[in-house]
Amino acid sequence: MKFLGYIRPDGSVGVRNHVLVLSSVVCANHISQKIADALPGTAVFCHSSGCGQLGADKEQTQRTLDGIAMNPNIAAVLVVSLGCEGSSAERMVEKMQASGRPAALVRIQECGGTTAAVNAGIDIVRKMHEKCMRQDREEADISDLSVSLECGGSDATSGISANPLVGWVSDRLISLGARVILSETPEMIGAEHILSARAATPEVGKRVIKIVKDVEESANSMHVDLRGTQPTPGNIEGGLSTIEEKSMGCLAKAGTSKVAEVVRYGEIPSSKGLVIMDTPGFDVESVTGMVAGGSQVVLFTTGRGTPVGSPLAPVIKITGNPNVASWMKENIDFDASPVTLGDESLERAGERLFQKLISVVAGEQTASEILGHSETGITRIGPSL
Amino acid sequence: MKMNCIRVNINDNVVTVIRDVTADEALVGKGVSAGIKTTSGLQMGHKAAVEEIRPGEKVIKYGEVIGYASQIIKPGEHVHVHNIVSGRGRGDLK
Repeated sequence: MKFLGYIRPDGSVGVRNHVLVLSSVVCANHISQKIADALPGTAVFCHSSGCGQLGADKEQTQRTLDGIAMNPNIAAVLVVSLGCEGSSAERMVEKMQASGRPAALVRIQECGGTTAAVNAGIDIVRKMHEKCMRQDREEADISDLSVSLECGGSDATSGISANPLVGWVSDRLISLGARVILSETPEMIGAEHILSARAATPEVGKRVIKIVKDVEESANSMHVDLRGTQPTPGNIEGGLSTIEEKSMGCLAKAGTSKVAEVVRYGEIPSSKGLVIMDTPGFDVESVTGMVAGGSQVVLFTTGRGTPVGSPLAPVIKITGNPNVASWMKENIDFDASPVTLGDESLERAGERLFQKLISVVAGEQTASEILGHSETGITRIGPSL
Repeated sequence: MKMNCIRVNINDNVVTVIRDVTADEALVGKGVSAGIKTTSGLQMGHKAAVEEIRPGEKVIKYGEVIGYASQIIKPGEHVHVHNIVSGRGRGDLK
């Protein structure tokens, strides 16, 4: 099955054609934002990491930022660096250049301050826009897509309708050769036996069990009941009583496909089909990790209603809660409440959602894009030093 | 009568209401025995027992264990954080 996308020199396919300003460290956030604000239509990725990090935590942040720079939706990137930070802005630029796309670096300490760095950045980004706006959409295949699955602000309708609906679309995408990424490891607690039984190989199955065990042990080391954090107070108000119940609902997003691979946070998978990424349940950090892993579009279910988006990828917001579908209408792209209420079959709604996804990858703007949502968060696994 | 709840799996001992229901309302849904009435009002998305669940017994939804009863739960009673506990992520017990 075909769609029109932006074909990159390395063969990856974007569903958007963003020029991105990427801050390499929190100290470069303000200048990155000023550069992007000066040229409407410029994507910007700011975050609170990039320095004072050690070991695996430092490597994870770098891997995520490298992946953000290289996401297929990015036509060109300007990395804004302070000059003395721990993260390597050069590596982000080199990775992007190696993928055959324009990349440039502005170093604040070399420019001589805020104003000079902002002006230097604006000059570069303007030229990038002039060059990239000429690129046309060309025929690409659905199998070039890497679709992220996310649930945020879940309630009981998420597990009953919105997530099974996404699971239906997920199976369809996989049958067409695409990659689908399931994440949110804490929301596999109590459902890991089902995922591991669906693993393509015994090694993948063991890896699923291990990431869930690790996150549960990490939570237990705080010596409190996980309940209240997972499920969140809002989840509980929405009817979810335990993490096991939330996990069973979360799992429904992954349909019935075999688990082909388990990857680390922000890692680019090598397999097509269903991939699990080890991320937190915190939705913004989870989406950031999957987008860093090369995902071009996000299917995001919400029962309580959440406006969050991504600066890089269109986020399709789906709710099975009829009240949220009307009360937070401007933030919702797809109303799955007829499935909750028994008025529409899963197959029929699944077909509608699949068509919505096809429209969005071909250019239709989502609610979070129209409203300018561009939340980001890189998860941490070590202390700031 | 129009259905007001979902029993996801035939092995489930709880159902999820798909709209707000009042006290003493009959639970109506596929695979739900006739005659079970709610003992309190329930907000959409909340659960009610369709069987008696005794303390320590499994609470089943999606055909899987989602927790354990912390007190006796009668058919039609609200099932939530006040009467079930999680078996996972219990750092408080470690």
